[in-house]
Amino acid sequence: MTIAAARTDDLRIGPLSKTFSLPTGSVHALDSIRLDIPGGRFISIVGASGCGKSTLLRIIAGLETGYDGHVTLGDKPITGPGLDRGVVFQEHRLLPWLTVEANIAFGLKNLPPDEIARRVAEHLELVGLAGFAKAYPHQLSGGMAQRVAIARALVNQPQVLLLDEPFGALDAMTKIQMQQEVLRIWEVEKTTMILVTHDIDEAIFLGDEVVVMSSRPGTVKMVLPVELSRPRDRSSIDFIALRKRIHREFFTEAELPFAYEI
Amino acid sequence: MSGLVAAVSGPGPVTGWRERLRPLRSLAAAARRGAFYLALPAALIILWQGLFELGLIRPILLPPPSTVARTFWTLTASGELPLHIAVSLLRVLEGFAIAAALGLILGIGIGLSRSLDQATDLTIQLIKPIPPIAWIPLAILWFGIGEAGKVYIIALGAFFPVLVNTIDGIRQTDHRYVELARILEVTRSRFIAQVVLPGALPSIMTGLRVGLMVAWICVVAAELIAASRGVGYLIMDARQLSQTDQVLVGMITIGAMGKLLDVLLKAAEHRLITWKTTYSGN
Repeated sequence: MTIAAARTDDLRIGPLSKTFSLPTGSVHALDSIRLDIPGGRFISIVGASGCGKSTLLRIIAGLETGYDGHVTLGDKPITGPGLDRGVVFQEHRLLPWLTVEANIAFGLKNLPPDEIARRVAEHLELVGLAGFAKAYPHQLSGGMAQRVAIARALVNQPQVLLLDEPFGALDAMTKIQMQQEVLRIWEVEKTTMILVTHDIDEAIFLGDEVVVMSSRPGTVKMVLPVELSRPRDRSSIDFIALRKRIHREFFTEAELPFAYEI
Repeated sequence: MSGLVAAVSGPGPVTGWRERLRPLRSLAAAARRGAFYLALPAALIILWQGLFELGLIRPILLPPPSTVARTFWTLTASGELPLHIAVSLLRVLEGFAIAAALGLILGIGIGLSRSLDQATDLTIQLIKPIPPIAWIPLAILWFGIGEAGKVYIIALGAFFPVLVNTIDGIRQTDHRYVELARILEVTRSRFIAQVVLPGALPSIMTGLRVGLMVAWICVVAAELIAASRGVGYLIMDARQLSQTDQVLVGMITIGAMGKLLDVLLKAAEHRLITWKTTYSGN
């Protein structure tokens, strides 16, 4: 298939800080985040809920403004949403009154109808749903709906695909299947992938690098390269060693009291 | 209705006697559902007739169903009742068409524009609670006792449900879809056509159904006061002659027509909104 983006620029973040002002006071969500993501890489960002990882993703998507610092894609600063960045949310956000193909075509514009049809068909095939063009979202399973959402995000050929806990609402089996799917798609499309997750296994299984974030304020605690060849074996010793290392980052503080009790 | 459809489109290839019996069985199920649906009104009619047979109600105050049925038949056969129905129906359709058009256009405008909402909100809130019937004196002064005054009352009554539900439906657009449209840089016109309006459609259909029902109530009210034809007139005319059987024929006709109109709009809604899966009771 020849639907990969023409080029994928590097994404430079930082130093980036974000404070939300709420009626109850201000929340320091992100503090001096600094990340350089070379084009075409697969980056997993893992952190506890509320650590600001979704905020970081929303800033890259251009949905969140009013931050301190810089985010640039290539030499272009990010000031708002743009078609060079696609987003897959935790919920599929398919429009229930549109068919699968109309949902995928929703973001396509200024194209002749046959070109739209060609791109939609290509991306349906890419996500393995070639026979479901005329189906409605309520006729799809959770995993299938999320595949459509991925196709919709990719149909504009973005340079970066932002995945905001995309499999968080799926059952364990479907989740593993979808992780393999995303890897396959990434190998075809060569887009930069940024995956936000709270699932450590998922982060290691997918990422070239795992960015570990701490909470309140959200900072980058550690960037861990995953030097395992794909497809990765979740029960291999190296995999488990990495998992343990990331685990320790989260649970040292929480588990310490128990350690004393023993 | 849905039972009959199930009965017709039920089985595929016929194999054994069980399979062959299946259409019969689903037909029986449909009949059971139909009987259940009709049970309460049928029981009420039997009770009503029974009370009369026992001499517990005076026919001059409440004639029995048998008499009402006979009068219904006489009025239908003479062409009098169909004429009244046609006249009322035409008034309703005229008034409702005006109300639906204005309510939709204004409702979409207000729903999409916060400043238009601000500018019109107080006016709408002040006029809305005035019952259409209270407009009848003015309507007669302005339009005389002809068709225009009645259509005005009907349109006024049907307008507000359509307007309010259209605004509501548009305002309930999910903010997550708004975000999605921003990310995909969808144009405003496309956003309205593919996100806002389809999402508001269930609420708009509710508004139309309520509006049509109010229109039907208003036509009778308007005809009770100043008319020489129409179902409302039929009732008023019969009251002056103490023909309670004819009054009841008029009342039952109003109920039946209201139900029929609602069934038609519901069917339209069903065709338009195929994507929605909602709770329909246990």
